[in-house]
Amino acid sequence: MATDTSPVTSRPAGTLSAYEGFTRQYDYWLTVYKRTWRGGVVSSFATPLFYVVAMGVLLGGFIDADPERLEGAASYLAFVVPGLVAAHAMTIAVSESTYPVMGAIKWHKTFYAQLATPLAVRDLVNAFLGFVLFRVASACAVFMLVLAPFGVFESWWGPFLAWVSQVLVGMAFATLTFGYSARLKSEEGFGVLFRLGVLPLTLFSGAFFPITNLGPVLEWVARLTPLWHGVSLSRMLCLDTVDWPLAALNAGVLVVLSVVGWRWAVTGLEKRLES
Amino acid sequence: MISARGLRKSFGDFEAVKGIDVEVRKGEAFGFLGPNGAGKSSTMRMIASVSPVTSGELRIFGMDPATDGPAIRGRLGVCPQEDTLDNELNVFDNLYIYGRYFGIDRATCRDRATELLEFAQITEKAKSKVEDLSGGMKRRLTIARSLINNPDLLLLDEPTTGLDPQARHVLWDQLFRLKQAGVTLVITTHYMDEAEQLCDRLVVMDKGLIAAEGSPRELIDAHSTREVAELRFGVGEHEGLAGKVEDLGERVEVLPDRLLVYSDHGEEVVTAVLDRGLQPIATLVRRSTLEDVFLRLTGRSLAD
Repeated sequence: MATDTSPVTSRPAGTLSAYEGFTRQYDYWLTVYKRTWRGGVVSSFATPLFYVVAMGVLLGGFIDADPERLEGAASYLAFVVPGLVAAHAMTIAVSESTYPVMGAIKWHKTFYAQLATPLAVRDLVNAFLGFVLFRVASACAVFMLVLAPFGVFESWWGPFLAWVSQVLVGMAFATLTFGYSARLKSEEGFGVLFRLGVLPLTLFSGAFFPITNLGPVLEWVARLTPLWHGVSLSRMLCLDTVDWPLAALNAGVLVVLSVVGWRWAVTGLEKRLES
Repeated sequence: MISARGLRKSFGDFEAVKGIDVEVRKGEAFGFLGPNGAGKSSTMRMIASVSPVTSGELRIFGMDPATDGPAIRGRLGVCPQEDTLDNELNVFDNLYIYGRYFGIDRATCRDRATELLEFAQITEKAKSKVEDLSGGMKRRLTIARSLINNPDLLLLDEPTTGLDPQARHVLWDQLFRLKQAGVTLVITTHYMDEAEQLCDRLVVMDKGLIAAEGSPRELIDAHSTREVAELRFGVGEHEGLAGKVEDLGERVEVLPDRLLVYSDHGEEVVTAVLDRGLQPIATLVRRSTLEDVFLRLTGRSLAD
């Protein structure tokens, strides 16, 4: 047997760089996108638009609140839009990281096929999440562009950074959900996630009304939710009311959650596939 | 190509592989033979470098799967027991996209995919959905996919399970051709005829251990007689009649539906049985097979 002369710090033989692991799966995800983008148009673009019209324009027409009480928004529409887009980012991220992850493990066994190649679990997770983020980023970008003519943005650069914050929301939720899905044996767990996770977060994390309305205790509970940090960041940037220390905290929480979630996703899938 | 020493695999308290030694040489067709649950698939997954070794030593191409998994997998072809084809992609894309995972450039991938469709005799299905293929075609596509990276070693886990006889023969023919082309094959199967047809050398596995090792011929010579006389009597009579024929051969096995008398001269056994006034409903004289070897070594038939 040959003597091992490689330095101790070297990566295992044949391990791909993160970039190469990603590019080798590019054709696969491009094919997936070509097949599924039509369905995505409805859920990603049409549904949120219905929300904006119903909640923002029609329902919002009855709300004539003081901008002070709407976190500085000139109208309810301007208040609700940044929150809606952030919540929408969460919904897409969670949807794309639940059934598709379980499918790739249990039903289609795509991950098993991919893992029989030089790709490692880490590479599969990266490409998968990369695709989810692309979906989130494109949906939020279109959403924000469509809203621009409604006069709800207060600066030209704010909405751009708000879009980045929405992608961060997507990243935090996609990684955490991936980790959850990778450990889940049956799809019944997704019902619980949507009913007890996504729905309450959407309703009570400050997307539709200021969390000060919740009363002091629940307000603090709301502040602890990941979505609130995204809503807060997205709204401050759209309304040009940025409190920078708070914005840094919001962004920091989302970044930390993304990193922790990514670790959780990789370890979950490793345990599941490499037994 | 493969070298295993004291290889073990446990899942919690359950020990699927209990310490096996295996050596597979370049260019040979090597078989793991045994009933379901013998530890064949667990062994294959360790060789495929997707399942960590619990203890013992395993080297593939001289490399350790624990540290060099990606490099090993880059030179392997894997045809898993369950099809893992992508039903959402068409037949051609299943090959093309898989090739990309190995870092093969797009033009080469397209050429290889076209060649392999030809090899698998499914060229006319290139644009079809995988769902529309027959079971045999899906298996051939899976094997074609496992060849996209020109592997040095091809792992086939139960390659013909669930296929009709005709489809099995087409597949065997293709595996023969690969063997002739110098590809090292490692096959698990619980079909004795498949092992006899395809394998130069094999191990018989039972309950996580290796019960015997050798070429099919060597195993039959070592553990069975040249011929077997099968005697079928009425329902429930076999146990009682075994004593009356046991002196006619080297040994007798009692199966629920027949007696097997092992002898180098099967026809003489049948004649002697009839001379003793016994009246079997049916008799058959055949050559010994690996099935008999397995029965001898484990006391159970493979179907158990």
